[in-house]
Amino acid sequence: MKNEVKIQAVNPSLDSRRSFLKLSGLALASASLLIAGCSDSDDDQPMQEDTLPGVRNGVFDLGSGDFGVLTYAYALEQLEADFYTKVVNASSFNSAFSSLEREVLTDLYHHEVVHRDFFKAALTGALPNPSTQLLPTLSFNYGSLNFNSRTEVLATAKALEDTGVAAYNGAGRLIKTADYLLLAGKIVSVEARHASAIRSLINPNSKDFAGDDIVNMSTGLDDAKDPSKILPIAGGFISTKFTAKYLP
Amino acid sequence: MNILKFIESFADERIMQSMGTRRESFAQFGNIGKNLAMASIPFGLSALSSKAFAKDITATPATPIGALQFALTLEYLEDEFYAMALDSGVIPASENGGRDLKVFQQISAHESDHVKFLIAGLGGTASANFVAKPTFDFTVGGAFDPFNDYPTFLALAQAFEDTGVRAYKGQAANLITTPDLLTAALQIHSVEARHASEVRRLRGLKGWISNAERGAGMPAATQAVYDGEGVTVQAGFNTAAAFGAAAGSEAYDEPLNTQQVVDIANIFIV
Repeated sequence: MKNEVKIQAVNPSLDSRRSFLKLSGLALASASLLIAGCSDSDDDQPMQEDTLPGVRNGVFDLGSGDFGVLTYAYALEQLEADFYTKVVNASSFNSAFSSLEREVLTDLYHHEVVHRDFFKAALTGALPNPSTQLLPTLSFNYGSLNFNSRTEVLATAKALEDTGVAAYNGAGRLIKTADYLLLAGKIVSVEARHASAIRSLINPNSKDFAGDDIVNMSTGLDDAKDPSKILPIAGGFISTKFTAKYLP
Repeated sequence: MNILKFIESFADERIMQSMGTRRESFAQFGNIGKNLAMASIPFGLSALSSKAFAKDITATPATPIGALQFALTLEYLEDEFYAMALDSGVIPASENGGRDLKVFQQISAHESDHVKFLIAGLGGTASANFVAKPTFDFTVGGAFDPFNDYPTFLALAQAFEDTGVRAYKGQAANLITTPDLLTAALQIHSVEARHASEVRRLRGLKGWISNAERGAGMPAATQAVYDGEGVTVQAGFNTAAAFGAAAGSEAYDEPLNTQQVVDIANIFIV
């Protein structure tokens, strides 16, 4: 639980890596206000052109439009895949977890690696110039997270899976191509199955698999968050700098 | 098969309602309905067909409103199923530390919320877009006993939740022009997936679908819910390459189109 709190906290100081991500979120909020203003004043204005992913002012930006959303998903899947790779390779994996827990975590490791490699292949195939537009392999830093602690690993897995669900749910509306939307849909329900299973491992005899902390109690709706809300959370673990100035 | 004989057999209400026919297979039953629908038009027998299936639901249009109407009918089905199960006492209250009852109370609450949410989204019960709740028969003419037999209840719950996940996914493209509705549908979709995972795990299965397997203990009749789940090529990428076909297929849930879901739902609509 301690770790979950940690990764959701956003360090307000301006010189840290996390606030860099937060800052890009803020810059983005004002940018989207500007765009909203434009479209209100002129309905006939052609749709704003997408910004392709790539390095701008020395930092990789995820871009906008379908490629921006897919690149954003690729960043999140890189994090999940890296996390579970470390989980199943931790020295105490066999002793810290029950056989059922190991089976679940190994499946999640497989699924997330497949998701990551899928996005890499799909983006490499679809981007006009992947050598400069493909998000690089990111580096990760989990701080004091103890990969041999069942409690810490499961709490972090829960946070990552819930965040993944909220991210895909929030990003669906940004996708313009039906095929890409369907692909995101195929993945998000698997992330939700993961989130449910992890929550159930943490607290089996309960309603936590779809708990009132994550599913709205009056609408029955799951969480949905914009990239600017997700990146400060996920960014706590990502040590490679990137920005998302063109995503809401 | 002699198509006239085939249609004749279905026009006979006694055969129609006999348990023998109903029992055979969900998948087969869905196919029979489709074959009959196709056969009836060229033979000028559409009146017969509409009589035989008077209360069946039909595929909704590929529009945002159609998608919501379709979703509402599915939520009606799930909502009534869980409400009846909770009323019946079939769900054990104390086994597994009370887990089963807590799980289905929570799922029931969500399905009830989804019904209310979708009715509101369609403009309320007085709206022209509103669709009324069909009449359900979860025993399928007496072939199943979900409100007295807990394993049957669990198996149907798994089938409904896994169907729900595939059904919402199949509607996403119909909502691409209405971002707010799309977001809401995605938010329901992932809740159905959370439910599906937990129900599967209560049944001793993995929370995700391996290949196109319905899983141990699921009646063969539910196979239509799992057909097509074994895909291992996504946008040209071989998802089986790294860890095998089971893992690759588990990593992606596949959609069902409107007609496929309608065929499954109609099994429970009288």
